Amino acid sequence: MIVQPSDIEKTTAWKNVVLPPITDLHKIDIYRANGGYEGLKKALAMKPEEVIDEVKKSGLRGRGGACFPTGLKWSFMPRTSSKPKYLCVNGDESEPGTFKDRQIFEYNPHLLIEGTLIACYAMGMTAAYIYIRGEYNKWIRILQQALDDAYAAGYAGANIAGSGFSANIYIHRGAGAYICGEESALMNSIEGQRGYPRIKPPFPAQAGLWGCPTTINNVETIANVSVIIKNGSKWYSEIGTSKHPGPMLVGVSGNVNNPGVFEMPTGEPLLDIIYKWAGGIPGNKAVKAVIPGGSSTMILRGERLEGVRMDADSLKAAGSSVGTAGMIVMDEDADLIRVLTRIAKFYYHESCGQCTPCREGTVWMFKIMKRFEQNLAVAEDVDLLMDIAGNIEGNTICALGDAAAWPVQSMIRLFRDEFEKRTRKVTASAIPLV
Amino acid sequence: MLNDVNTAKVNELRNRYPTAQALVLPVLWIVQEQEGYISEDSMKYVAALLGLPFGHILGVVTFYTMLHSKPTGKHHIEICTNVSCMLRGSGKILEHLEKKLALKPGEVSADMRWSLEEAECLGSCGTAPMIAIGDEYYENLTIAKIDALIDTIAKSTDD
Ligand SMILES: Cc1cc2nc3c(=O)[nH]c(=O)nc-3n(C[C@H](O)[C@H](O)[C@H](O)COP(=O)(O)O)c2cc1C
Ligand code: FES
Repeated sequence: MIVQPSDIEKTTAWKNVVLPPITDLHKIDIYRANGGYEGLKKALAMKPEEVIDEVKKSGLRGRGGACFPTGLKWSFMPRTSSKPKYLCVNGDESEPGTFKDRQIFEYNPHLLIEGTLIACYAMGMTAAYIYIRGEYNKWIRILQQALDDAYAAGYAGANIAGSGFSANIYIHRGAGAYICGEESALMNSIEGQRGYPRIKPPFPAQAGLWGCPTTINNVETIANVSVIIKNGSKWYSEIGTSKHPGPMLVGVSGNVNNPGVFEMPTGEPLLDIIYKWAGGIPGNKAVKAVIPGGSSTMILRGERLEGVRMDADSLKAAGSSVGTAGMIVMDEDADLIRVLTRIAKFYYHESCGQCTPCREGTVWMFKIMKRFEQNLAVAEDVDLLMDIAGNIEGNTICALGDAAAWPVQSMIRLFRDEFEKRTRKVTASAIPLV
Repeated sequence: MLNDVNTAKVNELRNRYPTAQALVLPVLWIVQEQEGYISEDSMKYVAALLGLPFGHILGVVTFYTMLHSKPTGKHHIEICTNVSCMLRGSGKILEHLEKKLALKPGEVSADMRWSLEEAECLGSCGTAPMIAIGDEYYENLTIAKIDALIDTIAKSTDD
């Protein structure tokens, strides 16, 4: 079925809370005039475990890709520790199709700073490192300015807002490596090493940054914490779907009329996101395929989007996942073989090289995809790709291996005909390996 | 090797981390900003400054795409060719840039003014196609916009 824009009525009247349309909200005075830092004051008047409890009750799940319940993650942190405890805020944002954390840095940096301080208070941390991808230098400067203003106003540093609680926030700039978004690679990167993921256990809450108890959360997750504490967990838990509630920043890119980042309650139908929020497809073309949550998530067929919603359960049932909610839309003319070749190249380039299945497998998948792209592949190559992807999946230290395998596996399962159209009618042995 | 302002910056950074090794990335950034790239001598300097083996610094520099062990052009252009940009025509922009600058990705012009590199997703998927020149992002590009941009930079007086 081809859905036309007129088939869908505008249904929600959502008012943004993470990215409200307030001019100059990045300035501390404007932020405060709009209720900014009230959540922090409220938190400082609570017991730390009460703050964790509020976050648990809100139902907030991580926005960094795995949808892990945030309150539960926080409760893994030891209450007392002879070593310092650390928070890492993950702003590496390098998953292709993802451009949402950048909007928080630009339009609402204080919401992130406030959430960071609340998290530090709740888990008893005196230092937080906000890790930001190196290419975002412009946004690093915006956040640094906001941070300087927060320090000057007494919201960060020693004796925050007269409470006796002290915490420092530091920005750590990355230098171009997708793998550093993986939480243990991120910690190694902060420690001044190559960004190699670590074997788990130990988990970060036991031994993370410099061997100390550490929690890692995504930028958007932490920004949501401010909103939860300010408005209450009950209010928050009623936004969107009950098992995966809250406002979500959904990025839409590719073949749509109006690409961008949209804040909406979770559970929005993907078709509404495409046609209502992102303005439909140029030339009223049909949707051939959608990658719903960044390039690591499984691809979906365009004509099977009816009823699929942007939340963990619905996308799981549809055979994919929310990931970073960075939707890539491809119209009927898109060359999916080229798309997958580019994705394969990405994982090949970004594999850190520690694990053999990932290091070798990603090269093979890219080379074979190159053959399809150039119409040089043979029929057996489809199964060969499946075999390689299957041998990477689950056999690596970190999830980059899975992230490389899933797009290949899902594309072959759903669009096998696209591969078959591009094969040569000869046997494999007649073709030299590229 | 570091100038006084940057030495002061490094000293300030020491308060932020419990180990000297954690200063590796921030210090390498400072070096690259001061020198334009990170030479072998600079790596040795950083190693001595932080009390680490040279091999460790070399290992870090070669791991990260944005750290350059060779000089780039004065205007270092990165063009994202990942999926969202590809779907919105980054291929044509790249082709045009290659012709206009007479460069292939990975090359530096003989006069050291330009260098061109293909990049992975730079977080501008909603404003694709895009390029970055140094820290600056240029988005929603068309061939005409690229022409105007490159011509303006080429004419700028600081060249
Ligand atoms: C290869 C790879 C890259 C990742 N990149 C990011 C990233 O850029 N930002 C992010 O928040 N999480 C990223 N993650 C997920 C993190 O490991 C971690 O789960 C997340 O930051 C936790 O935050 P959350 O619980 O708030 O979602 C990545 C994971 C993998 C395997
Ligand atoms: S795909 Fe080009 S910026 Fe994301």
